[in-house]
Amino acid sequence: MINLNVNHKVYQVDADPNMPLLWVIRDLIGLTGTKYGCGVAQCGACVVHLNGEAVRSCVTKVSRAEGQQVTTIEGLSAHNDHPLQVAWNEENVPQCGYCHSGQIMSAAVLLREKADPTDQDIDDAMAGNLCRCGTYLRIRKAIHLAAELQKKEGGSV
Amino acid sequence: MKSFVVMGIILCMIGLMAFAMHREHRSAAELTTPIVVKKDSVASVKAFTAVYKVLMSPRCMNCHPSGDIPLQGDDSHLHTMFPKRGKEGKGVLAMKCANCHQPENTPGLHTPPGNPNWHLPPADMKMVFEGKSPRQLAKQLIDPKQNGHKDLKKLIAHADDGLVLAGWNMGEGRTLPPMSHAAFKKAWITWLTTGAYAPKK
Repeated sequence: MINLNVNHKVYQVDADPNMPLLWVIRDLIGLTGTKYGCGVAQCGACVVHLNGEAVRSCVTKVSRAEGQQVTTIEGLSAHNDHPLQVAWNEENVPQCGYCHSGQIMSAAVLLREKADPTDQDIDDAMAGNLCRCGTYLRIRKAIHLAAELQKKEGGSV
Repeated sequence: MKSFVVMGIILCMIGLMAFAMHREHRSAAELTTPIVVKKDSVASVKAFTAVYKVLMSPRCMNCHPSGDIPLQGDDSHLHTMFPKRGKEGKGVLAMKCANCHQPENTPGLHTPPGNPNWHLPPADMKMVFEGKSPRQLAKQLIDPKQNGHKDLKKLIAHADDGLVLAGWNMGEGRTLPPMSHAAFKKAWITWLTTGAYAPKK
């Protein structure tokens, strides 16, 4: 059995230590907001936070996450009101929506480290998250809006 | 018969212990042996020719790029997704090296190779290999201001650094450096202990 802390809740999962964290999150724990895209760390659909860093859960073995803090899109905020979630909604960012939990999880790390990101910062942080619908311009706009919302809230995310 | 077997086992154990102690003793001696430099410009330059071939192979050069984006693949193209070096060489923001590169190689083709210490040289000491001539690279490698503050002893030890060794274990589908690690280490040490001469060009 492997002990995992996902979204501040402790889980004991019966998994092979080599199983990708993504499978554990989706199939064993049942949190399906995180998506499978490419399976080889190329697209970013599976991004979750491991101790606050935007790791690709499709290539991260569950053994790496044992005893660490994992946050998925479901745990990003208590009421789906993280500034990024509000901004995503405000700007109608998603088209098909499949990549957007990964996009938001990457953007959350960006906003934590750069409260007022430039377009270049956004490019640097988000270049690993692909969107087949091409919503990149709306993603950029929403990240700028989220930065403003975060400032108004008077804190970092 | 039984006593013969017991005696045999005891003798084997004593033999193994003696072997292990001898190895330990030799390792300690190796660590304390002063490095002898015997200058020989011809042998040194010849050894560096082999060293250069390895350092300029994709497995080494890809993480010593001339820009701030690592290289990738046997053709040393810019790393897809354009991850950036960052101050410490570990990436930036949501694009840190360890987000994809695990402590070990990920199985399968076209998956990220891994190492617990995966990183580029830091921003204040880029240790560029890409585009360097043999002469330029040799001079850079022995300059502590450009080589990560390494003296001769540290340079020799660097042949067995974890990331250097990782060059020979980069996961499926990646061409290995043009010689074994043992041959590289021998050439590296020969180059350094014969005076670390830089080729003319």
